[in-house]
Amino acid sequence: MSAPSPVLAVRGIAKSYGGVRALDGVSFEIAAGELLALIGPNGAGKSTCFNIVNGQLRPDAGTVHILGRDVTGLPPRRIAGLGVGRTFQVAAVFPSMTALENVQMALIAARRGVFGFWHPARRIAREEALALLEQTGMGAQAERPAAALAYGDVKRLELAMALAGEPKLLLMDEPTAGMAAGERREMIALVRRLTRARGLAVLFTEHSMDVVFGHADRAIVLARGRLIADGPVDAVRRDPLVREVYLGGTRPGREARP
Amino acid sequence: MRPSNVLRRALLGAALTTSLLAIPALPARAAEPIRIGELNSYKAQPAFLDPYRKGMQLAVKQINEAGGVDGRPLELISRDDGGNPGDAIRVAEELVTREGADIIAGTFLSHVGLAVADFAKRRKVFFLAAEPLTDKLTWADGNRYTFRLRPSTYMQVAMLMPAAIGVKRKRWAIVYPNYEYGQSAAETFKTLLRAAQPDVEFVAEQATPLGKVDAGPVAQALADAKPDAVFNVLFGPDLAKFVREANTRGALEGTFVVSLLSGEPEYLDPLKDEAPVGWVVTGYPWYSITTPEHQAFLTAYVDAYGEPPRLGSIVGYTTIRSIAAGVAKAGGTDTEKLVDAFAGLEVDGPFGPFTYRASDHQATIGAFVGTLALRDGQGVMVAPVYVDGASVLPSDAEVRKLRPAAD
Amino acid sequence: MSLDSLLFQAVNGLASASGLFLVAAGLSVIFGVTRIVNMAHGSFYMLGLYIAVTLAPLLGEHLGGAAGFWGGIAGATLAVALLGAAVERVLLRRLYNAPELYQLLATFALLLIINDAALFLWGPEDILGPRAPGLSGSVELLGRRLPQYDVFLALIGPVVLVGLHLLLTRTRFGRLIRAATQDREMVAALGINEALLFTAVFALGAGIAGFGGALQMAREPASLSLDLSVLGEAFVVVVVGGMGSIKGAYLAAVLVAEVKALCTALGVIEIAGYTFNMSWLTLVAEFLVMAVVLVLRPHGLFGRALAATKAGEAEPPLLPLDRRGRALVLAAILLFAAMPLIGMFFRYAPVLALDMVIAALFAASLHFVMGPGGMASFGHAAYFGLGAYGTAFAATQLGLSTPLAFATGIGTAAAGAALFGWFCVRLEGVYFTMLTLAFAQIVWSIVYQWEDVTGGSNGLFGVWPDWPFDSRAGLYLAALAVALGGLALLRRIVFAPFGLALRAGRDSRLRAEASGIPVARVRWLSFALAGTLCGAAGGLFAFAKGSISPEAISVGRSIDGLVMVLLGGVQSLMGPLLGAGAFTLLQDTVMRETDYWRALLGLVILVLVLLFPFGIAGGLRRVARLRRAGGAR
Ligand SMILES: Nc1ncnc2c1ncn2[C@@H]1O[C@H](COP(=O)(O)OP(=O)(O)O)[C@@H](O)[C@H]1O
Ligand SMILES: [Mg+2]
Repeated sequence: MSAPSPVLAVRGIAKSYGGVRALDGVSFEIAAGELLALIGPNGAGKSTCFNIVNGQLRPDAGTVHILGRDVTGLPPRRIAGLGVGRTFQVAAVFPSMTALENVQMALIAARRGVFGFWHPARRIAREEALALLEQTGMGAQAERPAAALAYGDVKRLELAMALAGEPKLLLMDEPTAGMAAGERREMIALVRRLTRARGLAVLFTEHSMDVVFGHADRAIVLARGRLIADGPVDAVRRDPLVREVYLGGTRPGREARP
Repeated sequence: MRPSNVLRRALLGAALTTSLLAIPALPARAAEPIRIGELNSYKAQPAFLDPYRKGMQLAVKQINEAGGVDGRPLELISRDDGGNPGDAIRVAEELVTREGADIIAGTFLSHVGLAVADFAKRRKVFFLAAEPLTDKLTWADGNRYTFRLRPSTYMQVAMLMPAAIGVKRKRWAIVYPNYEYGQSAAETFKTLLRAAQPDVEFVAEQATPLGKVDAGPVAQALADAKPDAVFNVLFGPDLAKFVREANTRGALEGTFVVSLLSGEPEYLDPLKDEAPVGWVVTGYPWYSITTPEHQAFLTAYVDAYGEPPRLGSIVGYTTIRSIAAGVAKAGGTDTEKLVDAFAGLEVDGPFGPFTYRASDHQATIGAFVGTLALRDGQGVMVAPVYVDGASVLPSDAEVRKLRPAAD
Repeated sequence: MSLDSLLFQAVNGLASASGLFLVAAGLSVIFGVTRIVNMAHGSFYMLGLYIAVTLAPLLGEHLGGAAGFWGGIAGATLAVALLGAAVERVLLRRLYNAPELYQLLATFALLLIINDAALFLWGPEDILGPRAPGLSGSVELLGRRLPQYDVFLALIGPVVLVGLHLLLTRTRFGRLIRAATQDREMVAALGINEALLFTAVFALGAGIAGFGGALQMAREPASLSLDLSVLGEAFVVVVVGGMGSIKGAYLAAVLVAEVKALCTALGVIEIAGYTFNMSWLTLVAEFLVMAVVLVLRPHGLFGRALAATKAGEAEPPLLPLDRRGRALVLAAILLFAAMPLIGMFFRYAPVLALDMVIAALFAASLHFVMGPGGMASFGHAAYFGLGAYGTAFAATQLGLSTPLAFATGIGTAAAGAALFGWFCVRLEGVYFTMLTLAFAQIVWSIVYQWEDVTGGSNGLFGVWPDWPFDSRAGLYLAALAVALGGLALLRRIVFAPFGLALRAGRDSRLRAEASGIPVARVRWLSFALAGTLCGAAGGLFAFAKGSISPEAISVGRSIDGLVMVLLGGVQSLMGPLLGAGAFTLLQDTVMRETDYWRALLGLVILVLVLLFPFGIAGGLRRVARLRRAGGAR
């Protein structure tokens, strides 16, 4: 077998909240450079899946391997240290800092420079941070406080932060939630461009099928915590089971809310 | 934001502060008033210190109306000491540096008194501690510049000992507020009682948080130990709660009780008709003291304020009287001369003449011991006996051993 | 110690528990809905008692003893509820947009004012109310007499508990309260009259507290020290039970009361040859309980993680000083450095300046955890005290030289902060706050009672520095140097990666962790660092005053620190310095007014809070912005 170990390998993870089985024996893999869409109706368990991969939740069963290493149960900061960037369904940035400082902070953390007590942070990794902001289309807003940014810009800022420190894997929980249709396509195109250039593996969720089928390499489908399909987007699109549970009966609104 | 603006104003504020608050101290001249810098925990202990201030003011008025001391009037500069040593030291500094006080007096709380005494020693300022009871003030931590007026914890306990020893009870319980005053009162009591009555047994000891006694459980725990006598050190709201619970539960029925300070009007009056009858207490029965000195004081006080005096009134009044006597004897307010003058100084107060002992700087002013009874729905001390402070103080030779730090 | 007496004491505990529960329940309801840490809650309780002991005899004259007693309680409850409503409408309403803790500052000012108002109205002497007519006797139980009123109290707690439960679950008002407790935004979104709800909730909470106080009429005298002593216990009960959980509050009240009753009942015991008086523990029993519960259960017995309430605008980014700012700082430093010279003309100026310098370091160290760290500590005085006591002990008992003694003090504080911080930083929000308080109280009680080492309640004195610090100027300049060093270090760190990471953890823990920032470790270290510098302030304090007593560790001292930071402005690095200066100055000025200085202090704080809801620094910034905007036009 000459294929390198996958960037992310999830095997049989399960998670219940009280009685609710949010995830039930889910397994999938992502290879380097692959853009994988995780789709499924609201409440299917997508966010839970992200939270387990990134260490925020501990699975009841199953394992998570990143670059061949078992990371099940490691805290988020350790998983981040292994080269995993993440954005949240509700964008999370540091509102009391400027956009630039936000990215600088992410860069400093990625380089394990948090315990610096002397040199002013504003002079650290400034160029790289500006470059990242430039790439995500945020260059003009570098000096603005994050609290003053429009929501779409916050999402882009978060993407810049997730890209800091050259991750191998990017986890994006609804990167376009709250955006207008035009913005959505732009955002995913941006992600695709940036990750392609870096050879990044990306796992993302997205409600707009047009966006998914237009950009993703592959899609996996969750329904009530179970994985019901996994394959190239075209195959998935044609899968009758998927059509039934997802595209058929309960068609999600385009502006599906968290 | 522009921090510079903030800073400019900070700077302005600081400059303003300095100029506003720092009025230069005036150099003392011959016909200048005698400045008494007085600090006390007025806010923390209003019940005691309100009458105390009235007593002081009465004395100042009387003395000044009679022409002052050697022609110099008394000027009283009163401050709140914040009820803690940190603020008290700053206030003392302020009195000395800014107000140009010649003498410092006052304080109620023991730890504040001790801190100010230490300050007096350090800055070589004369300090007359009016209220603090701790034995350390004149003994273990006594110093050259500090004198104390009120009978100390030790003295107050010793005054009760004849009654405590006299009843010949074997099983004693003790209840005291959990801080130095209570602890040392309890220790002194145990030591003195054991010495007089070696077979005594202490069957229960309750140390309660000051001002927060859980009266029901405490009264019950005492009763459960089945003592035949109790020594109480609680005072203030703690005392009121304890007495009411003990009454309702019959916790102290048939038990002989001696109690510190409970006969002082400050603590006795709030109990109204629930005053614990039969307790032997130290206190101040202003209503049954018939000496001419006291009569004169009582008349003047009631005339001035339209209410009877409390013990605090006596302490405040006598503090000022003491200072006047000391300054007169010293021939001025020079600190070293004052210290020398106070050693052995004789003062006439409402309780009669007393002395500031040269050996430990403790005044020999005494207190009254009596038994509580009810009269017109109000607790009173009956058959009060004045116990002279000198009679309960250790001898000069013993005191020298107790005062290692003083010169 | 018989089983009977233990059982009996347990019944006693239930009566005390009811009292505790009533204060705590009101506090819990208020906090749950409005998120206000109501420092004036003990004052409501105290007022309830004062009003009841005043009304009962008055009403009694006309209606007879029983009607008077119960009428007095009802009247007091109503009066305090109305007062609560008024306070919410007139005062707190104006502060809902300010950063969270400013309501705390306002209610603290209220506490000061109410206390002096009570002094003015009722005089300094304690007032013992009548016994409860018909319930003044006792019942026989286990061969002992239990006051009937205690039985009544023991029952009233559960009755109020059930009543509140029904109110919360069966009425629309109650459902709104619960909804608001869980999610404030939702209530606002549902178009409910939030203002009315808040007023009603405040009235309800205050009323319950007033009721609790009034009920004590038959047990304890109304006294001016009640407000603070009750407040601490109420906080403990609310937190141990879990914020917002009424059932939890009752259980916590029972737990605390029973632990105390047990300590009292056990009395003097012998363990392994040592005699130990268990009644000593009653001094801190509630805080010991709280510390244990919070370490084991970070949200109390029945609490859940609080929904984050990021109300108000986010803090603006911190900027380094521009050129003019640097010049001004330099000028300020020069002014303070010249204080010994100024002191030749104004002798009191250096004395006050020294207090300001120490207060500035104290406040700045607290601000470091509170501002950039987002962790409001109620127990910062612990490290001030540890530094002061460590210094004092080393100087007086070990006879170390001044610098060594000072270093010992700092080391003591650092060790304490590292130890307690390790537990505290695991907790969030108000639970963090309360655990810091618990540890501070535990330190306080140890210091208060460890006569041999700490001098007990009297403290240590004779802590005077050696040459060259033994002169006023020498000590002052040394203190100024230490404080400036500390302040510069803190400032440097805030702008360094560590400070940025600290702010990141405050802004969004989720994001920070996902970016690889070890938030817990950053917080821990910042806590330890702040404690260390606070210890330096404490060491300076010990030398400056020549003595040190347990007040240096008391809640009051911690609150002073909070007030300084909030008064100055929590969102600015200059805030704590301005606040420390203003507070020291203010206190010094108003304290000379011996009669009602606390009320005066409270009023000034209130005015400042209302004028500058973002602190003095925030107010100045706003003025500057307005002026700039005006100039631009
Ligand atoms: N913290 C939680 N507690 C209880 N149930 C939860 C929690 N988080 C998610 N769930 C439940 O788990 C299921 C999956 O949720 P989630 O992973 O958020 O779905 P998705 O992101 O696909 O919309 C849902 O039924 C949701 O209600
Ligand atoms: Mg989701």
